[in-house]
Amino acid sequence: MCLAVPGKVLDIEERDGTRMATVDFGGVVKEVCLEYVPDLKVGEYAIVHVGFALQRLDEESARHTLALFEELGLLQEEFGDPWEAAAASQGWDGAGGTPPAALNDGERETSR
Amino acid sequence: MKYLEEFQNPELARRLLDEIRATVTRPWALMEVCGGQTHTIIRHGIDQLLPDEVELIHGPGCPVCVTPLEVIDKALEIAARPDVIFCSFGDMLRVPGSDRDLFQVRSRGGDVRVVYSPLDALKIAQQNPHREVVFFGIGFETTAPPNAMTVHQARKLGIPNFSLLVSHVRVPPAIEAIMTSPSCRVQAFLAAGHVCSVMGMGEYPELADRFQVPIVVTGFEPLDILEGVRRTVRQLERGEHTVDNAYPRAVRSEGNPAAQAMLADVFEVTDRAWRGIGTIPASGWRLSERYRDYDAEYRFSVDGITTREPAACRSGEVLQGLIKPHECEAFGTACTPRSPLGATMVSSEGACAAYYLYRRLGTTPTPQEASPVA
Ligand code: SF4
Repeated sequence: MCLAVPGKVLDIEERDGTRMATVDFGGVVKEVCLEYVPDLKVGEYAIVHVGFALQRLDEESARHTLALFEELGLLQEEFGDPWEAAAASQGWDGAGGTPPAALNDGERETSR
Repeated sequence: MKYLEEFQNPELARRLLDEIRATVTRPWALMEVCGGQTHTIIRHGIDQLLPDEVELIHGPGCPVCVTPLEVIDKALEIAARPDVIFCSFGDMLRVPGSDRDLFQVRSRGGDVRVVYSPLDALKIAQQNPHREVVFFGIGFETTAPPNAMTVHQARKLGIPNFSLLVSHVRVPPAIEAIMTSPSCRVQAFLAAGHVCSVMGMGEYPELADRFQVPIVVTGFEPLDILEGVRRTVRQLERGEHTVDNAYPRAVRSEGNPAAQAMLADVFEVTDRAWRGIGTIPASGWRLSERYRDYDAEYRFSVDGITTREPAACRSGEVLQGLIKPHECEAFGTACTPRSPLGATMVSSEGACAAYYLYRRLGTTPTPQEASPVA
């Protein structure tokens, strides 16, 4: 129940003096209260928990983090052990148990 | 879903794992505070993918699990009253009280309703002016602002038949309690990202300094967890202990000031008993004097409760990271998600439930149990 997920603001209106939005969570649409992030705009993403936007999701920072992950290991691949690099391009180094494909369990619930 | 799938990318996960493997030189014990993170870790087998030197200890951050038995028993008493509509998040339904749970109260005629948001409960109160509507307000700093806003709205709109049964908990005092326990093995914390979306990071430097532990604010997707571990291990190896933010897309250092202001108005800090752990000073919130009229504990005097925990359940040790769930005798035999002995087997964020669902330790969950609980 602590889970909060990013959703995209579809539209915004005042209701009973409260700022409310329709928010899309990958196809599931819900009513969300915007009182805590009142300057959120249509098209932006927010972290939503039990019907309340708690924080704007910063798209630039999300992209920046992913770009940082992309860069990890690049230096080793360029200058590192070619055998290791070859093993890595096979997808796994064989030493660490289950391959990272375990991350692809493909059964995530949309409500998370 | 955008910004969820990107943070599950297996190729990037491999790079993060390589980087952690290249950094670590000796054993370290990290605690992930939040049950949502435990869920991600066990579901994706992240603890098994990490190098052997990195041990993840599961923390007490499941609000369903730590809500004290006495409060659960009060909820059950109130929910059974004929004049009451009792509203709750779905994962409280099967939390065992001393002699029953909310689900059983409902099957015996109690009007128990599951809501997605506390605002839904307020709507039910507006639609049923002649009944008392009680919302079960549990949760950490993430859930407290929505509940605070709902009580604030109830007063503003003059809805007299709404009240809140409050058992909110706060993370920093729990970190302090863990670090001062004599059996503590924790050397660093992955702090709960969404708690910090609300509260910011201001409460942590003092703790990192006093206990000489790195505290890294961490998100909930597999890559977020790995990035939290990477930054933590880097600090540990360098002998540093600072507060760092590995989840900047959702956490600003100041948090959400509007939510903090509402919390300060509606709630006040109180000592709170954590189920299986005991009382932690200043670790909870209750309604402040100004909102007492909306406090279900005052509105319905529920006395004479004697609590009873099953002797076999070791959830207190699980919640403090002293044992792993499958080390409990009852795990998967006397205790399963269908007939749970302890709350940690109920909630989707409870460590026992996560181990039962995703780590097939000689037990096979039925299809209903394996299906996600929202
Ligand atoms: S497996 Fe069941 S009985 Fe054992 S600690 Fe977990 S909840 Fe309690």
